[in-house]
Amino acid sequence: MAEAVEYKQIGTSPIRPDGVDKVTGRAQFGADLVLPNMIHGQVLRSPHAHARIKSIDLSGAMAVDGVLAAICGDDFPSVEGGEIGGEGGGTVSDLAKNVMARDKALYHGHAVAAVAAVTAEIATAALDAIKVEYEPLPPVLDVISAMAEDSVLVDENNYTKLPEKPDNPSNIANVGTLARGDLDKGFAAADIVIEREYKVPMAHQGYIEPHACVANIDETGRGSVWCCTQGHFEFRSLTAKLLNKDLADLKFIASEIGGGFGGKTVVYLEPLAVMLSEMSGRPVKMTMTREEVFRATGPTSGTVARVKVGLTNDGKITAADSWIAFEAGAFEGAPHMPGIMSMYAPYDLENFKVEAFDVLVNKPKVAAYRAPGAPQTMHAFECALDEAAIALDMDPLDLRMVNAADEGTRAPYGPKFPPIGFKACLEAAKNHPNYTKPVPAGAGRGVAAGFWFNIGMQSSAEININENGTVMVIEGSPDIGGSRASMCLMAAETLGIEYDSVRAQVGDTESTGFCNVTGGSRTTFATGMAVVQACEDVIAECKKRAAMSWGVDDDQVEWQDGQVVPAPGVNADVTPMSLADLAGSAAKTGGPIQGRASVNAQGAGASFSINFTDIAVDPETGKTEVLSYTAIQDAGTAIHPAYVEGQMQGGAAQGIGWALNEEYIFDDDGVMENAGFLDYRIPVASDLPMIDTYIVEVPNPSHPYGVRGVGETPIVAPLAAVSNAVSRAVGKRICDLPLSPPNILAALDD
Amino acid sequence: MARIVFPDNFVALTGGEREFNIDVGDYRALVMELKKRWPQLAGLLEKTAVAIDGQIYQDAFLETINTDSEVFFMARIEGG
Repeated sequence: MAEAVEYKQIGTSPIRPDGVDKVTGRAQFGADLVLPNMIHGQVLRSPHAHARIKSIDLSGAMAVDGVLAAICGDDFPSVEGGEIGGEGGGTVSDLAKNVMARDKALYHGHAVAAVAAVTAEIATAALDAIKVEYEPLPPVLDVISAMAEDSVLVDENNYTKLPEKPDNPSNIANVGTLARGDLDKGFAAADIVIEREYKVPMAHQGYIEPHACVANIDETGRGSVWCCTQGHFEFRSLTAKLLNKDLADLKFIASEIGGGFGGKTVVYLEPLAVMLSEMSGRPVKMTMTREEVFRATGPTSGTVARVKVGLTNDGKITAADSWIAFEAGAFEGAPHMPGIMSMYAPYDLENFKVEAFDVLVNKPKVAAYRAPGAPQTMHAFECALDEAAIALDMDPLDLRMVNAADEGTRAPYGPKFPPIGFKACLEAAKNHPNYTKPVPAGAGRGVAAGFWFNIGMQSSAEININENGTVMVIEGSPDIGGSRASMCLMAAETLGIEYDSVRAQVGDTESTGFCNVTGGSRTTFATGMAVVQACEDVIAECKKRAAMSWGVDDDQVEWQDGQVVPAPGVNADVTPMSLADLAGSAAKTGGPIQGRASVNAQGAGASFSINFTDIAVDPETGKTEVLSYTAIQDAGTAIHPAYVEGQMQGGAAQGIGWALNEEYIFDDDGVMENAGFLDYRIPVASDLPMIDTYIVEVPNPSHPYGVRGVGETPIVAPLAAVSNAVSRAVGKRICDLPLSPPNILAALDD
Repeated sequence: MARIVFPDNFVALTGGEREFNIDVGDYRALVMELKKRWPQLAGLLEKTAVAIDGQIYQDAFLETINTDSEVFFMARIEGG
């Protein structure tokens, strides 16, 4: 492990720059923009989970006084092909059909038309005047029966993507497999074998802010869109593709965002708002209700997983064989591949196989949700390992240590790991006071591991030195988890100045260079790398300017603690020049001082975690009580430790909610019955104890400050940690989530 | 020679060949060679990530491949 580096700014936790605005209500979110002459858009949604659309007549809506525009699928240009990156991405043509149905409504709540009117109330009333003729079809709602050869087809033109095209269409869109070694040999060497089936329900990201946007397009077809998004460059690109527009004609501005977690990496309202604005000649605001968010925006896949694992009496895993079916929703794009790539990642396995399926069902199209695919697959494997630990009378941390991956271990997806922190997390857990204390009477303690790859991708940053020597950082990553403060810390550290001298701003698509989405736990890593390089560009320019002022060569000066100084041995009777001095003389030495950088950041370091929790279960009611929860994770270097802890706590809360209560409940017609936070029960503050955190720091050698992404790993371990705790508390393995009171009681009675 | 390893969806298009060894200086040269040997891989290569000596690249181009390098193709990850 590398020696700890002493930083001056990095590793501190200054008060978040957006905090005051957010707690006073001043912060401008997606629904907060009001423009002169603005009108309001509303969406008509399918009442059927599966139906052919035989005709749509908008004339009734257009006849309503106050309605200025109405659209349906026929108004959109046809778009073909092209993949949209990312888990839940799919194709451009699928996205176009998801944003507005064409010949079929594929889930209850699927958008089939939209109107814009002078008030939201008139727009809503006008929806009733739209005549849609449907031919209802039987909905496909269960992933296992959807895979059957005789299942009703969600898409009659879908053929499973195999090297040889199958004879018949299917609801299976894609299949993925990973394998290594010899399973038969591995299982023959096992002393015990655990074999189970596990179910994880479809769940929503649960962001507190519904989707919202305002589009303002002029008569030339150019204009701007204000929206809450995890990636305004991505939203601009997708909107332009869906509408066959030149993306240079659209300026996208990212508002403050009330959560995304992956669910706001894909468009829903924006293309509709642009089209309605262009048609009406007025700015158009569109916002979703909470019910619309549940019914019509991407949840993450529900899964059915079958796991078989063999171990020796010493706890060494000899073989693992798994099969997982993922619900994709109405269009392909379930996160089956990252799911299976993650499943065994914490372990050094010689013999394994995992096969996964991306399956169409008549439910909303899934979207990314924090480490997509990994919570589902790792829930299954981590629960199987817990059962093995009990069978072997072994501490679950010790069992994981016997098999732990380390630097040089070959990951299940092929390459060898560079330096990683999984063993450090295990050791930290073993020594943590919450683990060394006895399990409370009547409770069970559950342990589980988590993992996510993290990514780099493209980011740009500009640094402007203000006239007084303060620093402005401009970059294009919407701030969903505190990145502006982290950028300021990295800029301050690189320049050798105080944090309070730096400000950061998220620029729109016309005022800063391209940035990929704020997702994939990439922002502190990749945009941070761009900010550091832009600061180095500033330093180079400052040295040049000072050398000019002093009449020496560029290589005769150095940058030290925020100042230019003569290099050792250089005989110059000069006063060091600070950023303020350099900015003050900038007009004479060449003009304003700037730096910039753009990167396609490579070397994102994986982040591992260990979570453990003590949970009590009331056997009479099935109610659970989380007595304590501890999250331990490798952050590489925690730029802003309080923000890192926030990510760990937030992810843990989401994972706990998913494990204990959250699920989509559909009736036989495919209508979601709990499309609101009253009945879709996410944890509130009174449900959970303080989530204790411990940050492990195994620096990532590929980042100037050792950063690893931290945003996604936190949600991975809680599903299994909770499941293991509850199972141990009741003395019976419960494999299916959620562990709600009725489900626990039913399992106990079974 | 560098070791090149394919995932299952590539193997189906390479006639069952899962890995092979080759001397190429960089990733671009590798891709050209792969397209020459198996033209049907061309579309997949554009949408796949690659790990070269443990480092994962979403958009590899001129990255060096040494004679003792290991190259693994894999699904792209973007996360949420």
